[in-house]
Amino acid sequence: MEHAVAATPAWAVLAYLAAGVLFILALRGLSSPESSQAGNRNGIIGMALAVGTTLALHPTGLLLIIGAIAIGGGIGWVIAQRIQMTAMPELVAGFHSLVGMAAVLVGCAAYLNPGAFGITDATGAILAVSRVEMGLGVAIGAITFSGSIIAFLKLSGRMSGSPILLPGRHIINLGVLAGIIVLTGVFAFDTAAGMGQGPLMWIILGLSFIIGVTLIIPIGGADMPVVISMLNSYSGWAAAAMGFTLQNTAMIITGALVGSSGAILSYIMCKAMNRSFISVIAGGFGADSGGGGGDKASGPAKSYKAGSADDAAFIMQNAETVIIVPGYGMAVSQAQHALREMGDLLRKEGVSVKYAIHPVAGRMPGHMNVLLAEANVPYDEVFELEDINSEFGQCDVAFVIGANDVTNPLAKTDKTSPIYGMPILDVEKAKTVLFIKRSMGGVGYAGVDNPVFYADNTMMLLADAKKMVENIVKALNGGGH
Amino acid sequence: MDFLSILSIFVLAVFVGYYVVWSVTPALHTPLMAVTNAISSVIIVGALIAAAAGAITDGGGLSQWLGLLGVVLASVNIFGGFAVTRRMLAMYKKKEKKPAASK
Repeated sequence: MEHAVAATPAWAVLAYLAAGVLFILALRGLSSPESSQAGNRNGIIGMALAVGTTLALHPTGLLLIIGAIAIGGGIGWVIAQRIQMTAMPELVAGFHSLVGMAAVLVGCAAYLNPGAFGITDATGAILAVSRVEMGLGVAIGAITFSGSIIAFLKLSGRMSGSPILLPGRHIINLGVLAGIIVLTGVFAFDTAAGMGQGPLMWIILGLSFIIGVTLIIPIGGADMPVVISMLNSYSGWAAAAMGFTLQNTAMIITGALVGSSGAILSYIMCKAMNRSFISVIAGGFGADSGGGGGDKASGPAKSYKAGSADDAAFIMQNAETVIIVPGYGMAVSQAQHALREMGDLLRKEGVSVKYAIHPVAGRMPGHMNVLLAEANVPYDEVFELEDINSEFGQCDVAFVIGANDVTNPLAKTDKTSPIYGMPILDVEKAKTVLFIKRSMGGVGYAGVDNPVFYADNTMMLLADAKKMVENIVKALNGGGH
Repeated sequence: MDFLSILSIFVLAVFVGYYVVWSVTPALHTPLMAVTNAISSVIIVGALIAAAAGAITDGGGLSQWLGLLGVVLASVNIFGGFAVTRRMLAMYKKKEKKPAASK
């Protein structure tokens, strides 16, 4: 291929570098809600700069390219406007799959037309180092794609959230993973692959699609915060690997940022569950913990106190401080708006209302914060676990809505419990605990019964979360004064 | 650029990412995921090169179409990711200053 690629001109190298810096500033802006909007604008400018520079360097076929951007951009824009905030986890998973697929497509395109990417030697063969980068990029991209598709299906309820355990899954996964690594090595030295021929590239691609599926299907719904963070990280590494192939600083900086971002989020999520990353990835949690739980609902049924919306309204009206603990159940029943209304009414009666968020509440990092923000709860009334946990001892009412495992004191006391060691919100220390739960039947994700249900200071409010909160709001409105 | 300079940039960027991401407030972790998703679509650069080069080199037909498809997918992410981040961030509001709002 005699189409020689000139070295990238200096202005373009600087422009890509500037784009990388703008992306760093975009993340930096998220250190506080005030600076976050400006951060997002930096990100948009950085992206426009990267795309504009590339188009200026390669000003051919523009008509089709602009068409492609318009189609994709239009779809993305419409999705972003219409999506419900409760559907954010599956949206993010879906978007990750697109990044993964885009990485695969770029890798394949570079493999088929290496001259255009300037990665050939004098004989026209693809450089060995580029083949390693390409193989890795395509493999990570494919794993990101198929893994995110499974995560998307699980999060959107199109596929059961419970773990699917293939027999010998660890051996299958390790075998396929070893196969991908070995083949990528062979790929670098295979002369046919150097000329863009032979099946190796496609075998690597196929195996990577498969392992993406087999890695994610055994992981249960409530471990999704880790999975979605991990896939976030993978999408970054895929972009970085492609950045190496293209020798593009914007892609490398971004890939490194996103890769470490996802890795840190995975770490935070694992720590908040006191589980190792390996044990989450190995999967099966919640499915095979049958014998493990020390306090499973065995023996005679324990007694608990059930209450009505009127009781709850009365108790909270007469309280001085109420701490609300939302969980995934609030998201499922879309109770956040009713909850905010309840908070407003209580505040009008002079009650201090705060929200306490556990890091793994919901299905993705920060899920509860977004839903509360959507319902117009000011962010300075919303507190993280370590900032508010000491206040439960002095508060009158802990109002738990749709959370369970994150309030279970067995995590502190029962060494045999699967959730032992997990940091929890100390709701049991409040004078009264109001616990909204659909029924007494189900136990939490971890399959462990929660002693808070049966405590003397707990009143169970058994109903759909949203209906219960709406009824409390009615009671507050009607029975006031 | 040779491999080692690129590797240096990469390693330093990992460290920058590490410190920047730890400074992100947990309340904004969902927007963080949305915006990282948007910026990782910078992979569109590769797709654009393939799409543009395919238009002028022989035998680049399939490569061009793969590139164009990549441009479409990455664009969904770029526009969708930044727009949804913006929408989320606009919802985070501070408490309105009211005398004796609490306690």
